Amino acid sequence: MKLRFLIGLLAASLAHPVLAQKKYDPGASDTEIRIGNTNPYSGPASAYGTIGKSIAAYFKMVNDQGGINGRKINFISYDDGYSPPRTVEMARKLVEQDQVLFMFQTLGTPSNTAIHKYMNMKKVPQMMVATGATKWNDPKGNPWTMGWQPNYQGEAQIYAQHIIKSKPDAKIAVLYQNDDYGKDYLKGLHDGLGAKKSMIVKEVSYEVSDPTVDSQIVQLAASGADVFVNITTPKFAAQAIRKAYDIGWKPVQYLNNVSIGVGSVLTPAGLEKSVGLLTVAYLKEPNDKQFENDAAMTQWREFMKKYYPDGSLIDNLNVYGYSVGQTIAQVLKQCGDNLTRENVMRQAANIKRYRVDTLLPGVLVDTGADDFAPIESVQLQRFNGKEWIRFGEVMGGR
Amino acid sequence: MKRNIFLIFLLLAVACALPFLVSNYRTFQLTLVLVYAIALLGLNILTGYSGQISLGHGAFYALGAYCAAILMDKAGVPYWATLPAAGAVCFVAGFLFGLPALRLEGLYLALATFALGVAMPQLLKYHHLEKWTGGVQGIVIPKPEAPLGLPVNADQWLYFFTLFVTLVMFVLGWNLLRGRVGRALTAIRDHAIAAEAMGVHNALYKSTAFGVSALYTGVAGALGAIAVQFVAPDSFNIFLSIVFLVGIVVGGLASISGALYGALFIQFVPNIADEISKAAPWAVFGIFMIGFVYLMPTGVAGAVRLLLARRRTP
Repeated sequence: MKLRFLIGLLAASLAHPVLAQKKYDPGASDTEIRIGNTNPYSGPASAYGTIGKSIAAYFKMVNDQGGINGRKINFISYDDGYSPPRTVEMARKLVEQDQVLFMFQTLGTPSNTAIHKYMNMKKVPQMMVATGATKWNDPKGNPWTMGWQPNYQGEAQIYAQHIIKSKPDAKIAVLYQNDDYGKDYLKGLHDGLGAKKSMIVKEVSYEVSDPTVDSQIVQLAASGADVFVNITTPKFAAQAIRKAYDIGWKPVQYLNNVSIGVGSVLTPAGLEKSVGLLTVAYLKEPNDKQFENDAAMTQWREFMKKYYPDGSLIDNLNVYGYSVGQTIAQVLKQCGDNLTRENVMRQAANIKRYRVDTLLPGVLVDTGADDFAPIESVQLQRFNGKEWIRFGEVMGGR
Repeated sequence: MKRNIFLIFLLLAVACALPFLVSNYRTFQLTLVLVYAIALLGLNILTGYSGQISLGHGAFYALGAYCAAILMDKAGVPYWATLPAAGAVCFVAGFLFGLPALRLEGLYLALATFALGVAMPQLLKYHHLEKWTGGVQGIVIPKPEAPLGLPVNADQWLYFFTLFVTLVMFVLGWNLLRGRVGRALTAIRDHAIAAEAMGVHNALYKSTAFGVSALYTGVAGALGAIAVQFVAPDSFNIFLSIVFLVGIVVGGLASISGALYGALFIQFVPNIADEISKAAPWAVFGIFMIGFVYLMPTGVAGAVRLLLARRRTP
């Protein structure tokens, strides 16, 4: 009996160090986790640069609170000016020179496309990229790349479901930007309508280079449609909303999540002209009255004041940065002392119904070995002339 | 003269040794420096030597890059064979664009080329061309490996390949510019009517200069695409054209070695600026630029020449 106990003790003491063994790839050590990032701090898309800054601020807070599993985050972020060749250069610098453990939240569809192959060839995680394109969810073809935000196709499918449910005899008109972003949405809409695709009576596209979309709106109005799906970036979204109102076309309007800024889109379009717009959301809006006393948002405002005082308190991109920061912190916590690139990817694909407190209630982060789309659920909301009012249930995903 | 040749060989030896001394990432950056040097030499032929300002050379760079990418992606052409094709296409495009643009002088030509530069990214997105250009998605191209089992990695091989092309282009450019053609171009720049009176066929020389200049930039674009392994319209915005112009002015107008200095400047100074200040990298870049222009009014090449001349005559 005594012998057996001793053997058991011996086995336990042998087994224990094996369990606690630390495993590191380049960029990880007992004291540090190095994470690489590119963001457009200059150039045409520099408005997005605040995402990089708010993530850096988030990690600073994490470090002040003792880091993750005792390791400090060293977040190295470079400016790529939204130019793909510069993204390639900076990504190579981060991977080969700075030796980061993984890349995180590299921003922009073209920029991420430029490094997609490189990251997967090098087997360095291209983690939670800041773009809504659907192609990042491809665990088989590109096992080292993962998205984060709800993808465009999923969002459009939700509009399709809502149209079928609320207006089964609708005649749908679609305006979309003629690029991969616009086409991604359009595909989602088609897939979502499925057999009822014939409900679409008119599809018109525009180029980012067009000065206005006025003539497109006139064409769409002439089609006699009573539902308008507006797949446009902020400037064109404002033009479309205003023009439709001015020519007296009053369809039910769905506006894509890309352009729902009250300050940047609806105010220039005219708040009274925007009444009744429908869209989806997954983040808590910083200037939404409902969240004025919300604990998470209060905490976010305190975080902003302390760690990112230059940042705007009404810009939802700063909520975005804070939320994605929470997600990766959870992944790194799950990694424990096994900080290899493979394990980072494995843990990122093993987030089970994780609640990020600055996402809307009911929206959960969830991934799996064959599901590289962390956020898939969103909630519909309607604009009442002052603010977005959420209604219905959280939709999509599981 | 002897001393110059010695210097050039020394430089070559250093250039050959560098990729074995620095990391792959640095080798990649040096490859880009060589690529930019070819593009800047091209622009210098037009702007430095024949005095025609172009604000749209990014467009020819894009054209060359897309030629290479489409040939490799759609037709399976090997990477080295895309360079002559890109050069030829850009020569024709440059020559044709040069013909009507000839009637425009100075700032008006600058505006016409500027229009080309701004239009290019949007033309590349044009949906009827999407079959070839891939639209906004761009084209991803594979990286060439070293042939014949040479003991160098892909980055080093591409560097040596680019170095070879750069050498050929520089020798050709030097040959072109030091003789009759170079003199004729400079004469047109300094006094067009006088040049005409001396028997220089202004129109032909000017549009040929445009064509050759576009050819150089196109070859650079093709090499750049192979190095970066990706082309997309957003890679070639108007800013690229302006950076090229900055490069030749900082490097030294009407100077062959100036192209190399300019290339080093446009490759590394933005990175240094970004390291100095994240908030205002372009303000730092601007300070660098003003500093260079004030301290070296004839470009880095001019300053180096002055320095060497001083050392020789104590």
